[in-house]
Amino acid sequence: MADKVITEEEFIDELESGMTIGVGGWGSRRKPMSLVRSIMRSGVTDLTVVSYGGPEIGILSATGQMKKAVYGFVSLDSIPLEPHFRVARQTGAIEAIEFDEGAFYLGLLAASHRVPFYPTRAGLGSDMMAMNPELQTVVSPYPGPDGGEGETLVAIPAFDIDLSIIHMNRADAGGNGQFLGPDLYFDDLFAMAAKRTFMSCEKVIPTQEFLNEGSVHTLKIPRIFVDGVIEAPMGAHFTECPPDYGRDENFQKLYAETAKDQELWDSFNQKYLQTNSHEEYLAAVNSGEQDE
Amino acid sequence: MKRADICVAAIADCFRDEADILCNPIGISPIIGGRLAKATFSPDVVMTDAVSVLATNPLPLNDPSAERTIEAYAPYRTIFDIVWSGRRHVMMGATQIDQYGNQNIAAIGDYKKPKAQLLGLRGSPGNLINHRTSYWVPSHSQRSFVSEVDIVSGPGYDRMRTLGKPDNRFHDVHRVVSNLGVFDFETSDNRMRIRSIHPGTEVGEVIENTSFEMVIPEDIVQTRVPSEDELRIMDLIDPRGMRYQEVPE
Repeated sequence: MADKVITEEEFIDELESGMTIGVGGWGSRRKPMSLVRSIMRSGVTDLTVVSYGGPEIGILSATGQMKKAVYGFVSLDSIPLEPHFRVARQTGAIEAIEFDEGAFYLGLLAASHRVPFYPTRAGLGSDMMAMNPELQTVVSPYPGPDGGEGETLVAIPAFDIDLSIIHMNRADAGGNGQFLGPDLYFDDLFAMAAKRTFMSCEKVIPTQEFLNEGSVHTLKIPRIFVDGVIEAPMGAHFTECPPDYGRDENFQKLYAETAKDQELWDSFNQKYLQTNSHEEYLAAVNSGEQDE
Repeated sequence: MKRADICVAAIADCFRDEADILCNPIGISPIIGGRLAKATFSPDVVMTDAVSVLATNPLPLNDPSAERTIEAYAPYRTIFDIVWSGRRHVMMGATQIDQYGNQNIAAIGDYKKPKAQLLGLRGSPGNLINHRTSYWVPSHSQRSFVSEVDIVSGPGYDRMRTLGKPDNRFHDVHRVVSNLGVFDFETSDNRMRIRSIHPGTEVGEVIENTSFEMVIPEDIVQTRVPSEDELRIMDLIDPRGMRYQEVPE
């Protein structure tokens, strides 16, 4: 089994401007935040981000690195609307491709299965269609429920993702990932849908220790879909990563406040996000707590 | 009798006579109302713990440490599967709602560069086209009951008429509950109608606070008041009285 463990710097070498990046997790839950900061540090621009959006959408729009967001929603959970995303939308700073939450899942699934689209009813009659003029419908080749013409359905296109990043509770050096929290979300599909996938984790463990951590049902990321593993304890901070840790609500509030004021954002960005490594970030967060 | 308690009982009544579906209310009063229905007259609906499982016992609001009797695992992927299966009745909020039940929770203004970005489409498009939907609007005003919504996140009956059969066959906007009354679409052209008004509310108040022409039945019924037993259960589900903040007197 090849050793896929890499450093943050090696991950940064994989990034290029103009890429479409898939980000696992859900809202402010189990987001690969250390890798998001690596993306910031890399300086790449013109990014498209595809996600069930949380702070990665807000941060990469605030830094100006993201030109386009493709999403099912963008939320911080305890703060229902991502505040930096709100600013980006209301100033027209980013292009937004918004899908019904369930329809978004089908875009990931289609990419994973290498089919051009999956059909769904979601979107018929709503403004999801008008908001996405490129979105097409298809007529079923099979008879409708009344024996007549086939039903019309929305064709959710496969998301063309260059690189996905996901965060797991545990992983082995070979690239197998384990989630120990309440929900995998769609991280397996992000890994499958993308040309390349990089997985951060709380802890790299020997393969034979996986079943000491959780049942066989928690082993949902097979290594055939993973290209690199980055060990990053607290790597999802400030988003939640149960059972390892919950959301850092105070820090999330601090982050949310920075959407109101450029100076607040500049100092927050400088102090926490523009740190040179994940270790430096954690040290800054710890010293920030002591300041309070 | 407090208005918030009447609202919660009215929400619970939206789920009356339902069984073997996911009762999925979203928001403070809807969750209390849904859990009340399940604890009383609709025991055969299933409900989530708002995280990832279906729990049989009536859980207190926003209490992650509350004891749960778990009957099934329901991560988000399963929730979407249930949406598409049709075995679900969702109750959502609506920043704007119009006479045909078109809902907007997405944004105010032009979608491309909105004046105010709201929650976004979320799951509304998929919910409306797949299964029964009800709405909860805690503040009934001309700003929420509008003649035309800015963006249609959840399509109403006029949109469905345009879409036509068979594509519209699972669409079912069931009830709208506000702080003033209960409304349905059981009219020949599916325009919103007063189903009942809450005790202490005059019809004129509903008319004044609605931007479109509400269908008014000849005999106006009053919304029922909850029983002592229901009030006791509401307190178990909402021990901190969050419903009273959502619906002040």
